[in-house]
Order: sequence, then structure tokens, then C-alpha cells
Amino acid sequence: MILGQLFFFVFAGVMIASAVMVVGSRNPVHSVLFLILAFFNAAGLFLLLGAEFLAMILVVVYVGAVAVLFLFVVMMLDMDFAELRQGAQEYLPVGALVGLIILVELLVVIGGWTLDPQVVQTSAAPVAEGVSNTTALGQILFTRYIFFFQIAGLVLLVAMIGAIVLTLRHKENVKRQSIAAQVARDPKTAVEVRKVETGKGI
Amino acid sequence: MAEFWTSYLLPGLIIALQSVVLLVALLIIIAFLLLADRKVWAAVQMRRGPNVVGPWGLLQSFADLLKFVFKEPVIPAASNKGVFLLAPLISCILALSAWAVVPVSGGWVIADINVGILYIFAISSLGVYGVIMGGWASNSKYAFLGALRSAAQMVSYEVSIGFVIITVLLCVGSLNLTDIVMAQKGDYGLFSWFWLPLFPMFIVFFISALAETNRPPFDLPEAESELVAGFMVEYSSTPYLLFMLGEYVSITLMCALTTILFLGGWLPPVDIAPFNLVPGIIWFVLKVCFVFFMFAMVKAMVPRYRYDQLMRLGWKVFLPLSLLMVFIVAIVLQLTGWTA
Repeated sequence: MILGQLFFFVFAGVMIASAVMVVGSRNPVHSVLFLILAFFNAAGLFLLLGAEFLAMILVVVYVGAVAVLFLFVVMMLDMDFAELRQGAQEYLPVGALVGLIILVELLVVIGGWTLDPQVVQTSAAPVAEGVSNTTALGQILFTRYIFFFQIAGLVLLVAMIGAIVLTLRHKENVKRQSIAAQVARDPKTAVEVRKVETGKGI
Repeated sequence: MAEFWTSYLLPGLIIALQSVVLLVALLIIIAFLLLADRKVWAAVQMRRGPNVVGPWGLLQSFADLLKFVFKEPVIPAASNKGVFLLAPLISCILALSAWAVVPVSGGWVIADINVGILYIFAISSLGVYGVIMGGWASNSKYAFLGALRSAAQMVSYEVSIGFVIITVLLCVGSLNLTDIVMAQKGDYGLFSWFWLPLFPMFIVFFISALAETNRPPFDLPEAESELVAGFMVEYSSTPYLLFMLGEYVSITLMCALTTILFLGGWLPPVDIAPFNLVPGIIWFVLKVCFVFFMFAMVKAMVPRYRYDQLMRLGWKVFLPLSLLMVFIVAIVLQLTGWTA
């Protein structure tokens, strides 16, 4: 038990520290790298809870795919750090005001929020003995919550189609590789033998 | 105190000992695989390959190791030093840490976790960070171009690897690597391994593994004829060695994964007397070496893909094919009611 608690504090501590560094570090690429560290430690916390499937999926999806694209975009930004810092001081009062308002609102909401004592019994579906975490998750996701699962998939599909429609442009004068045309070439269509007269050329 | 000893310290020591044994064995095997890679490559080109250090050049990899370690590490002045040195470490440590769940024989595994295949998938999807961080931190145009190429390439081929793994998982019904191997144990020896029933996926997985590990013909991030050495161009000495080591460890990992998913892991090809008396680890190593030989032959024989061809193959050929196979396998399993 002691070991579990120790690891909890390690994961949670590193996660909070790296989350602070995401906001605090000067270089945006360092921010993304700290974000990745935060994701990784969140996966560690899932593991401690016994949710190994969620932990692995978090690493595969967020760290392995989403954060790679973040890093990809941020790396290509042409950053002028001096200009960035100058702007930060200018907008500091406005930003601080917005942050303060959100903090007060959060305090009001969380301060008056209590958990219904019965909610735990109603929401938690009993997991049968000897069934692994992954199997249990699949059984509940594809039976009880299949509708929500499908809707979530549909939302993602719409977002994907939207992104493609917004960015797809058919440019004129772009040479594209047509593999069928290349394979269909043979000496008869590709080579032409001509008799060139001296001093004239083709 | 006694409880602390039996429940924490002793298991911890055993795990550490197992890890050290696995790592030492793995690194020695990789030293000779690296030599084998160069020898195969040389043989295809009718050269002799490394043959000076030791008998038949057997000690060449160790000589290379010493050479790299004793050289001076040069760190570019305009580089981002922390990230620059972190990148090779990440690529090496991640590749090694994935080996924790690989079962090399029946029960011979350090961490026999329920989601073993997902763990390997997750860790190998992180390998791209070593490349991206190295390319960015070098603050050099060639290195940066290499990093940009690898980011798109490795994310693309991960998708099809994921679907290939799903087809295998549908047949097995478990994410545990030991269960995956045991599900391939059948009456027909090597013909009941998954390479035959899932044949197109075996090929797709092999090619995607080449792309995932930046092996030729997909070595665009380090294409030496266009980008000098790509993301590794500014690296020298031990950091370079770590990049090379990480690359070969992840290649061996992909060979091991191919063995486990499609070639029956440590199972003997024919389940009769002389073959099934051989320890499983021998079969496992032999199969890994066979897949590695295929990797080396591809490197020697196939010219490098152009970037748009690479993307076309990943997104327009492998992704629809593997999606279709997931669909077909699921339907067949549902109709025949067959579960391993």
C-alpha cells in the first residue's frame, strides 16, 4: 500500500509541476514537451487506479498522436521571443482580471456543490469477478452505452469531414502521379522513332 | 520489517535481476544482429562487409561501440542543449522499456500484464519523440526537415499497425501477449499460426513495421542522399550511439512483435519429438532472426520511396485494406462462432 501511495504522490506531483511549466515556460516547444510529460503522468495515475486500458489508450491517443501534431505545428512557428514578452506585459491586467473572475466563479460553484450520497450506488455497474478491466469496459460500452458511443464516433466523423472540406483545394497545374498511366505505358506508346534529317533537327 | 522484505524488496530485486539479464542478452544479440545486417547487405552487393575485427569480423560491433564512446561529443552552439541531449536518451530508453512485456518463452516474461500488446503499441508510438526532439533541438535545416518527415510518417503507419493488431486481437480475444501466442497453438504446427489465416495482414504489418522503425525503403527521416543524415546530422559520439542503439532495439522489438503476432512466438513449427524438445527461447530467437533477415534483405534490395508515395501507401492502400480486413475477420468470427 505504501508503494502505491508513494507512486501516487510521484505521478501527481510531477503532473502538477509539469502542468505549471506548460503555462510558465518561455519556449512553446518546451511547453508542449511538458504537456506530454503531464499526459504521461496522468496515464500513471490511471494505472494506479487499476484502469490499465484507459492508461494505455491515453498514451496511444494523446501522447502518441495528438501531442505529436501539436509539437509538429508549434515547432514550425517562427517565434520572436522578445515581442512575445512585450505583449505579455501589456495584456497582463486584462488577463489577470479574467483569471480572477473565473477563479471566483469556480470557487462559488465548487463551494456549493455536494455529491448525492446515492449516486455512487446508482452509477457504478458491478464488475464480475475474474473479468479483466478491458473486457468489463467493452461489455458496458457496447451494450449499455452503445448509443452514446456511436454518437461520439459520429461527432468525430463530422469534425474530420469538416476539416477535410475546409482545407481541400484542387489546384490547377499540379503534376500528380497516376500509377495506372505509368503502368499502362509500353514501348509502343512511349517511344517514337523518327528519321532526323542532317542539319534540321526535330 | 520481515513483511517489507518479502513483499517489496525481494520481488523488486528479482525484477531488477530479470531486467538486467534480459537487457544484457538483448544488447549482445543486437550487437551481432547489427553485424548480420551489414554482412547481408554486403553479400547482396557482392562485397565482403566487415571482416577485419575478430574472426569473420565478429567483434566489429564492439569495436564500433568503443569508437563511439571514446570520441568527443560535439554539441552545436545554437542548439537547445537540454532537448538535444534528452532526445537520444528518450529514443533508447523507450525502445528498451517496451521489452519488459515481451514473452521470450512460455512464462519467461518480466511483466505479464493484461494489456501487453497495447503497452507495446503505446511505447512504440512514442519513439517518434526522440526523432522530432533531436531534429528540432539541433537547430539545423537538414535535421529539422528529417524531424518533420518522420512526424507525419510514423503517425500514418501507426494507424494501420493498430488495425492489424485489432484483427489479431479479434481472433485471440485477449490483449495479453502470452495468450496471443498460446492461441496459435494448433494441430497443424506452423500452418495454424496467424500468418496463414491473416496473410494480407502479415504483409501489411511487416511493411508498416519497416516504416515505423525508419528502415529502408522508408528511411526518409535520415535519407543520406538528400538530408545528409536527417535528424541525426548534428549528433556525434555517445548521443549518436544511443540513437543507433534505440533504432536497432526498436527494429528487434518489431521483429519480436511479428514473431508473437503471426509466427507463433516460442512454439515449435512441428509439434513432434525432436522439435518440441528444443527450448522455446531458441525457437523465439530463431524466428526473430528470420524476420530480421527479411528486414535486412528489404534494406539491400528496395530503393527508397518518394515522400508522396509513402503517404499514398499508408493512407490510401494500407488503411482501407486493414479496415476491410477488420470487418471481414469480425464477420467470419461472428458467423462461424470460432473463438480461440
